[in-house]
Amino acid sequence: MKKMMTGAQILWEALVREGVTDVFGYPGGAILPAYDAMLEFPIRHILVRHEQGATHMADGYARASGKVGVAVATSGPGATNMVTGIATAMLDSSSIVCITGQVGSKLIGSDAFQETDITGVTLPITKHNYLVTRADEIVETVQEAFYLARSGRPGPVLIDITKDAQQSSCKFEWEPQHRKPLTERPQQSVSDSDYQRAVDLINNAQRPLILAGHGVMLSGAMSTLQAFAEKGAIPVAMTLLGIGGLPASHPLNLGMMGMHGEAWVNSAIQEADLLLAFGMRFDDRVTGNLQNYAPNAHKIHVEIDPAEINKNVKVDVALVDDLHAVLKELLPRVNKDNRSSWWNFINKLKGDSAVRDIQNLPDSGHLYAAHVINDIWRETNGQAVVVTDVGQHQMWEAQYYKHDSPRSLITSGGLGTMGFALPAAIGAKVACPDAEVWVIAGDGGFQMTMAELATIKQEGLDLNIAIINNGYLGMVRQWQEFFYEQRYAATPLVNPDFVKLAEAFDLEAIGVERREDVIPSVKRAREKRGAVLIDFKVEQEDSVYPMVPAGSDLHQMIRRPSPIVETAADA
Amino acid sequence: MLTTFVVYLENIPGALNRVASLFRRRGFNIESLTVGQTEKPKVSRMTIAINTDEFGAHRVEANLYKLVNVLKVENITAVPSVFRDLAMFKVSADNESRTQIMRLVDAFRAKIVDVTTDSVIIETTGTEDKIEALFSVLRSYGVLEMVRTGRVAMTRGVTPKIANGSASTKKNGGDDSISHSV
Repeated sequence: MKKMMTGAQILWEALVREGVTDVFGYPGGAILPAYDAMLEFPIRHILVRHEQGATHMADGYARASGKVGVAVATSGPGATNMVTGIATAMLDSSSIVCITGQVGSKLIGSDAFQETDITGVTLPITKHNYLVTRADEIVETVQEAFYLARSGRPGPVLIDITKDAQQSSCKFEWEPQHRKPLTERPQQSVSDSDYQRAVDLINNAQRPLILAGHGVMLSGAMSTLQAFAEKGAIPVAMTLLGIGGLPASHPLNLGMMGMHGEAWVNSAIQEADLLLAFGMRFDDRVTGNLQNYAPNAHKIHVEIDPAEINKNVKVDVALVDDLHAVLKELLPRVNKDNRSSWWNFINKLKGDSAVRDIQNLPDSGHLYAAHVINDIWRETNGQAVVVTDVGQHQMWEAQYYKHDSPRSLITSGGLGTMGFALPAAIGAKVACPDAEVWVIAGDGGFQMTMAELATIKQEGLDLNIAIINNGYLGMVRQWQEFFYEQRYAATPLVNPDFVKLAEAFDLEAIGVERREDVIPSVKRAREKRGAVLIDFKVEQEDSVYPMVPAGSDLHQMIRRPSPIVETAADA
Repeated sequence: MLTTFVVYLENIPGALNRVASLFRRRGFNIESLTVGQTEKPKVSRMTIAINTDEFGAHRVEANLYKLVNVLKVENITAVPSVFRDLAMFKVSADNESRTQIMRLVDAFRAKIVDVTTDSVIIETTGTEDKIEALFSVLRSYGVLEMVRTGRVAMTRGVTPKIANGSASTKKNGGDDSISHSV
């Protein structure tokens, strides 16, 4: 039976059939028909305070749950405010669908009130986008958009729907299959000879190393990756977005690689004779100078996006397919090995490094961000979903919060979007209401999207916020200290009183300046039902070590100086 | 190395823009791009010529396949093909020079398609080399205007259907580990 429905009703019916239960949005003129119809459908709508927040929430929702996140906005400024969130989702392969209202189809191109060519604006930062001008196009478009957002390498898709398409009526027809594309694109699986070349390289490697990226989570390959690494005793280094793909406590997990990876991780990469790049894309932040990147290593790249092959690093074997499928194929064919001499070498590298053994540190009277994050890790038993912003605290979190489960670190890696954490955490909490969610943000980035505190209050969300407040745009300050002769141009911040600010939003807040107050404040935040903000006033001029300066070889790191935070060995 | 791609895409508004935007944002420098209808009403066909190496050609192809509206990409650089470019020249021509120009036009198997008292329009179709050569000999008479379509290309013979194989990817570079999904 086909019944007549308005385009607005069809939109929600299609979304519900795609499994959507929660949307993040902000109403306005051109999307009003859709908002009116929304009330008839089983949809939880989270009213945001800025449309950028809606996109980050959809992104956080997608990353925490593996489902497609949905953001809704009106035309013009509503749509353009989404741009940063869409670009963030694009670079981190996050599956979101953005729905924007558009002026009536007859007005398009006339510079009508709140008209923006949002499909034109977002063309380079979406996986695909659509302008829908008729109600009878909506079902097919929504189906295709969801298919695209979650298939292959996931990414953001935008659907721009004119107001008249929302208002006019047509018959609702749901074909379970999305539109068959006209495509004749070659669909080929990885050939057996490629598998054999990969297996030979792996079985002959003395010093192999796995580079595990976001693709591990996106393909659901966690347990197969672990079995694969264990079988050959192959060490695993993580990209920032790969963190959680293998438990941090697993003995084969070396930790994070790249610009702020530990020295032994980067040195091991440089000394390897085989790199197995799994669902990662050799970003400049993990390779350093490409000319001298892992010079003696063969490279095997397992990646679902063929456009990533040989883009930054030329590889010996490319296995272009779903990572999990490839690992299942490789696992039985690789030899069992213990690679003891390689591990002896790596363990020597580890012993050589200036490690912050911050757990056993005496209180020196200083409050360091590393302390705070490590204490949050211990108090939450490493089980929280931590959503970080961008900057020093983001790197410290990656170093000192040991993530044992997938999708437990949510952060803007590729685009490095400040202001991401607070809204993305809201999305994560809505997706996973039973998870303990922590925001860890710097004082700079927090202020970019702090209006979403009101969203937390309005939705009654129980998540906790740790501001690592050093009174600087800390990462930029660090670069100025290292590379610009300490000329601190535009990095000192005069901040609001974050405790009073949170209280103005009717949220509980705690200010912490001493180390001994860290754990009690974290305990209080965890006990309290409802959101708690903790303002940690930390050392102002602490830096993230080690650091590979941009463009340097990966092993040429700025090491920890006589440690600002003393190691246990020093005490 | 000049690489030529034949790209089939859905004949819908904005598809050309998506291809152009891709080339711009990835920094692929197009030598020429032509687009037009095909024997199928829903399909447009592009010929794209671009200066790049083997790795660059793979990236262009892989990135083109990431565009949802792109149906098929063929790198025909190494495939026996017919390449053509159409050019029109408006050349100064008085009673004295007109005869000489007409002789040149005959020698190049070009055509004069318009004659006025002080100019002629010459139309020619051929490879880029031929057009460059004609342009250089016409220069001395005064070329007032030139317009070119850019390269269009068609492989010789009957190419196997791509649907059940991947003739195009295997031919151009041999890396058959590349598959294409959206």
